[in-house]
Amino acid sequence: MRNILDGIANPVRQSHSDTIKLSENVILNIKNLVTAFDTEAGTVRAVDDVSFEVKKGQTLGIVGESGCGKSVTSLSIMRLLPKPAGRIESGQILFHDMDIAKIDADKMHTIRGNRISMIFQEPMTALNPVHKIGKQIREVYQLHYSKMGGKDIREKSVEMLRKVGIPDPEKRIGEYPHQISGGMRQRIMIAMALVCKPEVLIADEPTTALDVTIQAQILELMKALQRETGMTIIFITHDLGVIAELCDEVVVMYAGKVAETAPVIELFKHPKHPYTKGLLSSIPRLENQRKVKLNVIKGMVPSLCELPQGCRFQNRCPQVQKICSVQPHKKSVGENHFASCHFSESFRF
Amino acid sequence: MTNNLLEVRNLKMHFPIHGGVLWRKIGTVYAVDGVSLKIRAGETLGLVGESGCGKTTVGRTILRIYDPTDGDVLFGGKNMSLLGRKELRNLRRNLQMIFQDPFESLNSRQTIGDILEEPFIIHSIGTPEERNTEVRKLLDRVGIPENAVTRFPHEFSGGQRQRIGIARAIALKPKMVICDEPVSALDVSIQSQILNLLLELQEEMNLTYLFIAHDLAVIKHISDHIAVMYLGKIVESSDADALYERPLHPYTQTLISAIPVPDPTVKREKRILIGDVPSPINPPSGCRFHTRCPIVKDRCKTEEPQLCSAPGTEGKSHLVACHYAGQRADFQEQSQNSARMMKKLPAISR
Repeated sequence: MRNILDGIANPVRQSHSDTIKLSENVILNIKNLVTAFDTEAGTVRAVDDVSFEVKKGQTLGIVGESGCGKSVTSLSIMRLLPKPAGRIESGQILFHDMDIAKIDADKMHTIRGNRISMIFQEPMTALNPVHKIGKQIREVYQLHYSKMGGKDIREKSVEMLRKVGIPDPEKRIGEYPHQISGGMRQRIMIAMALVCKPEVLIADEPTTALDVTIQAQILELMKALQRETGMTIIFITHDLGVIAELCDEVVVMYAGKVAETAPVIELFKHPKHPYTKGLLSSIPRLENQRKVKLNVIKGMVPSLCELPQGCRFQNRCPQVQKICSVQPHKKSVGENHFASCHFSESFRF
Repeated sequence: MTNNLLEVRNLKMHFPIHGGVLWRKIGTVYAVDGVSLKIRAGETLGLVGESGCGKTTVGRTILRIYDPTDGDVLFGGKNMSLLGRKELRNLRRNLQMIFQDPFESLNSRQTIGDILEEPFIIHSIGTPEERNTEVRKLLDRVGIPENAVTRFPHEFSGGQRQRIGIARAIALKPKMVICDEPVSALDVSIQSQILNLLLELQEEMNLTYLFIAHDLAVIKHISDHIAVMYLGKIVESSDADALYERPLHPYTQTLISAIPVPDPTVKREKRILIGDVPSPINPPSGCRFHTRCPIVKDRCKTEEPQLCSAPGTEGKSHLVACHYAGQRADFQEQSQNSARMMKKLPAISR
């Protein structure tokens, strides 16, 4: 019973008197976000004390392995956590003069899909299989532009589809999702997300299910649309190649915490957290010699129910010491560059 | 040359499509349509291509999980398509497979011990005690704790399950293993562990691999030779380094340029293909790549190019199926075209 009520009253109601003010070039500021899930094994914090800023007009990449909390972070921003199990426990998600973590559901309706939109990994499951493409796009217009007439909506829908590079859009709006290819479905998702010209687009692994040549098309499309509209993109992926190609700033997450944040070039040139270093050195690269042993990060990601005390990477860290049983704080290790490691200064591979 | 462990000659695998009220044959999927491969003992052949190109079907047809429509598979000099059930079973001792999805390829009702003992039972090898020690040795070799014997697959993570799948494949000390996307379902940090394990095993047991994947960086890392597939056919095959240094087929060229490089300071010339992979039910006439090819000419639409020695690479076994192999497309012109297309699109104004 308690869970159900929790689900309804999802925003944590807390009175906070200090007025919200974001610095000018920041569009989203996530402060000490904690998102928890009730599971059979007890309450699990999938996102635990995560803070980062998203700068206006830039692309922020969130990278990490499965279970690191990157998707839960984005679902928290959209307030789309599965109910009643998931909830934002504490922390702030500041967007303009609002705290998304605390505003009520009605207010969130005016933001979700309108000012902040999201696209998902698998466009086949995100689109409704029993409705035609046209109907699904129409729904967005009806929800956010209630005064728009049917004919206008049809024209606008066709225009949106043409914009994301779908050939023959007049015909496509009469088709069902299963009649079109994966790449085209992802384009339709993007078109739907961009209907309201959102300020922020959250892309959760949008190219993971696609082939490389189709991935290249979608990435190029997203870049072009960003140039045109100036929107901010939060791009969630596990592929460091995509991060390098697309992002301005990067947040590296590990087991529910932020391991490192840095501008993209800095991160790839001077990674400070041993996890980031391990990731970068373990991926096979085209220019490397063949059939040599890759560097590995030993072991595997710990289950969120059995996290070690202190630094969560300690079981796999090549440089673990006694002090690692104390949770390290975020330290500045360069311009705009932060790492949560006791040895982020001294560490060398 | 006789030292080819596996030779595939003009392999075809067509699947009929049935439909309608009477469930008649209404079409054919040309999944694999004339593929020839040679793999030398102790080497790795990487087979790369996009989804739906038929690479998995090639692997499964070699093992005769599917009976090929046409063509021959020679393993150790024996023609597999002529073998009966019993002979085939004996031959499969030497030809094993690792599957993509470690969640589905292990029987969830069997313990790890049972799963690993099964190959020995099927081929009636050893006494129960001997099998038991073998199973423990296998687990130890792939880095799984011994107490796993009594546990079930769901108690293990994806990476561990893939290790168990590998243990099962090497249980009978085969000569060759077909690896069907063994790392694509795994996390980045686990991927490198599995790749290292596969490389170690190859060295220890002198294994031959057919490594099927869509990730070019992974393929390049593990392979000696690489074959690139597109819509059921091999479009280019060559020594691994040569393929990356000098790709000759326009498809290989775009495929390589489409891989995102994990280095933000590298800005490469991007070549973006237009459109999707056509359906293998109704493949394009002539060269199958002509609908997306940047250097397409009239000849490509009618005349199908054969896989043959590439010009200027005699004696290096660099094969390519393209009428205009090695001619670099004027990609600049193409990218200008696509830029123009972008501009033509109506702008959204805020």
